[in-house]
Amino acid sequence: MTVADIAFYIFSLTLVTAGLFTVVARNPVHSVLWLILSFLSASGLFVLLGAEFVAMLLVIVYVGAVMVLFLFVVMMLDVDFAELKAEMAKFMPLALLIGLVILMQLVMGYGAWESAHGASDLLANPITADHHNTEALGLILYDEYFLLFQLSGLILLVAMIGAIVLTLRHRKDVKRQDVLAQMFRDPAKAMELKDVKPGQGL
Amino acid sequence: MIGIEHYLTVAATLFVIGIFGLFLNRKNVIILLMSIELMLLAVNINLVAFSSFLGDLVGQVFTLFVLTVAAAEAAIGLAILVCYFRNRGTIDVEDISVMKG
Repeated sequence: MTVADIAFYIFSLTLVTAGLFTVVARNPVHSVLWLILSFLSASGLFVLLGAEFVAMLLVIVYVGAVMVLFLFVVMMLDVDFAELKAEMAKFMPLALLIGLVILMQLVMGYGAWESAHGASDLLANPITADHHNTEALGLILYDEYFLLFQLSGLILLVAMIGAIVLTLRHRKDVKRQDVLAQMFRDPAKAMELKDVKPGQGL
Repeated sequence: MIGIEHYLTVAATLFVIGIFGLFLNRKNVIILLMSIELMLLAVNINLVAFSSFLGDLVGQVFTLFVLTVAAAEAAIGLAILVCYFRNRGTIDVEDISVMKG
């Protein structure tokens, strides 16, 4: 058993355990933290597979951005999670049944699976040894998949605008700075000088 | 020696855990979104494993696009969730079927 094999077993065990705890954890904050652990171990698996760029992308984009967004929302919403979790035992038998059925289907699918004969001749972009993973990905991403790359950027733009539009609201009871009103303010109307005699007051 | 079967087993297990979570947390939308993320992660593991063992880079490119779409989906889903919570004061999914304008 080499070091890579041991690392594979450690990462995959962590991944499956963290995934399971994500689903069954009582506190959603713990769920998010378990999900972060599962993403980290999945990126370890990607490194073992030789896909360093995707692994680092997973750490940076998922753990760094998406999971923090999840954590933010979980902590911002004041929800009684105990009430939502109360009926979990009711759904447990159905969930176990459906999980078992799909697991059996996947096992049957993988058991019957084998590569087609000419499959190795159909490789679109074979991995060669003369480029690093990131470099090779960049070479085909900005060349053959340029349109898809731009479209995925467009998807992100639409998602950003959509998220802002959905959550933006103008509150009436908050005092805001009105710049134009400040600029067109007339000093003569705003201020008045009074000559106060001593001992009399206004 | 670790072959592609090992990776496929891990991915299949993770996918089933995702579906399990989808049925287990029928009320909590946040955990539902996290279960979807788990399933997408399983799909990504499958793609990268095939890409690595077949020696084809396209699987990793596809993984990039799946990641992009998953991030967009999480952002929109959470935005809808925040919006829904503001209006209703709960994140119980079963109330969403009652659409009263």
